Amino acid sequence: MATSSALVYLIALPLAGALILLLAGRRADKWGHLLATAMSGSAFVLGLIQLSQMLGRPTEQRGVGQKLFEWISVGSFNVEAGLLLDQLSICFVLLITGVGTLIHIYSISYMSHDRDRRRFFAFLNLFIAAMLLLVLGDSYLSLYVGWEGVGLASYLLIGFWNQKPEYATAAKKAFIMNRIGDVGLLFAIMIAFATLGTVSFAGIKENTESASTGTLTAIGIMLLLAAIGKSAQFPLQAWLGDAMAGPTPVSALIHAATMVTAGVYLITRSNFIFDAAPTAQLLVLIVGAITLLFGAVIGTAKDDIKKALAASTMSQIGYMMLGAGLGPVGYAFAIMHLITHGFFKAGMFLGAGSVMHGMDGEVNMRRFGGLRKFMPITFATFGLGYLAILGIPPFAGFYSKEGIIETAFNAGGIQGPIFGSVALIGAGITAFYMTRVMILTFTGIPRWDEKSHPHESPILMWLPMVILAIGSVSSGYLLSKGDALVNWLAPLFPSEYVHEAELFAPIVVKVLALTMVAIGVAIAFVKYSRTTVQSVAPEDVTLLTKIVRRDLLQDEFNEALFMRPGQVATATLLKIDEVVVDGAVRGVGKMALGSGTLLRKTQTGFVRSYAALMLIGALVLIAAIWVVVQ
Amino acid sequence: MNPYNYLYLSALLFTIGAVGVVVRRNAIVVFMCIELMLNAGNLSLVTFARINGNLQGQVFAFFTMVVAACEVVIGLAIIVAIYRSRRSASVDDASLLKR
Repeated sequence: MATSSALVYLIALPLAGALILLLAGRRADKWGHLLATAMSGSAFVLGLIQLSQMLGRPTEQRGVGQKLFEWISVGSFNVEAGLLLDQLSICFVLLITGVGTLIHIYSISYMSHDRDRRRFFAFLNLFIAAMLLLVLGDSYLSLYVGWEGVGLASYLLIGFWNQKPEYATAAKKAFIMNRIGDVGLLFAIMIAFATLGTVSFAGIKENTESASTGTLTAIGIMLLLAAIGKSAQFPLQAWLGDAMAGPTPVSALIHAATMVTAGVYLITRSNFIFDAAPTAQLLVLIVGAITLLFGAVIGTAKDDIKKALAASTMSQIGYMMLGAGLGPVGYAFAIMHLITHGFFKAGMFLGAGSVMHGMDGEVNMRRFGGLRKFMPITFATFGLGYLAILGIPPFAGFYSKEGIIETAFNAGGIQGPIFGSVALIGAGITAFYMTRVMILTFTGIPRWDEKSHPHESPILMWLPMVILAIGSVSSGYLLSKGDALVNWLAPLFPSEYVHEAELFAPIVVKVLALTMVAIGVAIAFVKYSRTTVQSVAPEDVTLLTKIVRRDLLQDEFNEALFMRPGQVATATLLKIDEVVVDGAVRGVGKMALGSGTLLRKTQTGFVRSYAALMLIGALVLIAAIWVVVQ
Repeated sequence: MNPYNYLYLSALLFTIGAVGVVVRRNAIVVFMCIELMLNAGNLSLVTFARINGNLQGQVFAFFTMVVAACEVVIGLAIIVAIYRSRRSASVDDASLLKR
């Protein structure tokens, strides 16, 4: 493989930015945001240079690597810290740095009133560096470092306003639920090392043929667990809604466009494992299908605009997982949906941030209404993102989501119709809740206080939104024109898959999907546009609505199944520790102390009593000797 | 004269000294009683030398005297120092180390 010494700068630039901003302290307050944006922007430029070089090379030589240093060398176990930039990583590099830079620009204005803006930008740069390491690492161990790094950055940024206790709790919740997934990744690495003796992508790929299916299934399931945690998939999805406590640019960058899609990257990168382990692959499909419905259903009942978008993110990543679980035919569509989703969801989150900016931080959609007139640019960009997520042709989501639905229908066997229908129903629900968000926020009569003065955001905020909206419109067409992305990624995936007989013609699937979307939109219109929306959420709703409002009881479920038994176990262990372990330790101390107290009484402090005791002792000794001698 | 009589005298002197150390409170008297005990020991040593017909016991007695002289110097110094600070020569008053 060709080498390139420039790869490391992709990571080093934002990392240096983060370090400078964190170490310089308040001195950097004036220029910190500019430096961070410049670092992120130059990483994007480096990515573009790498892309142009990659395009200049023949297909089979497009991947480049860089050996950084010998990391671990113990006996036969050698790990080199190395980077790998191939057709898959470059997509992510450009998405991360591109969207990341736009969000840096947006944040300059969005966070301008915050005292800690410099710290915010330092964390953003740290995130960019960690995420780039995640996608550029050439082994699972390097990936793991990035994986933990983005988890840390996510934690720091969710809890950025940690002066509010519930925000700090949300950060901890996200971190802890992510840890469960991280353990899965760790186990996968351990199993891979124990059975295959290597942890690099290339090494494992070479060894898959000799490895048993059981081993590969175990690795696959552990990797899936990791992906579930990081990508907020069922059953570890509960943290994503609360993660909206972070500033909105963070939600856009980390919890919509990039970090939460790391799970999809992991599955796609590990395609050689999942293709050889059908059970693990089926589990990916099932998890994706459940989550895409789960997230969509939760989205229908959320009044908090950011939480509605978070539920939508969950659901859309469910689509990507579904695509990735379909095997070689689905990987490219999963990645395509990931990229288009990165554009339209980041754009919509920035739109939500713009609305909040104009409404004094209000997030309840029932207090919005009729904002179209006051925020025309936000409305337009959000609307384009809305059309993209619905999958209306020719917007981006149409190409990527329809691709996944079609592939799902053609999966063959009983799986095809089941997963195809799930994806189709999901599209309908998506149309419903996104239309609900649009109607509640931008149309109808205003429901806000007289005190609010909604206004359009400054140019630094709407410019990134406009650029992302352009991406939402065009990225799908550009990526699928002549199967561009499919052919681009093809060398990475096995090509000799058997094409199943198609269940439906593509045009039928498209019509079906658009019909579902139309039904969803129509229901939302009837329900929210025809009737007046109350500014306070009505209480007299069906039990089902109540359950959906509480995120389908996901927190209650986790609390009952894991948290409470965990607390009981902790309390029991604590009791055992206190009674048995501490008891033994304290008992020894008490015994020494008690005997000391008793013996102390013999020490009167009077010289004469000591002298008398010495005398008596001497007499006793002499008597004893006398007795013995006699 | 029977040399054993010196041993009886020595035992008597030692007993008087020991009882004095235990029952008296005045540090000077206690100190004198200690000297009495030492000298009782010296007397025994000299007697033993006489009984056994060699000089070892007498030599030992000289060592004891030297040690006793040193002890007197240090002991009296301590007693005077305590008396100066506490205005008392009673050994029972100097029982502060207990606390």
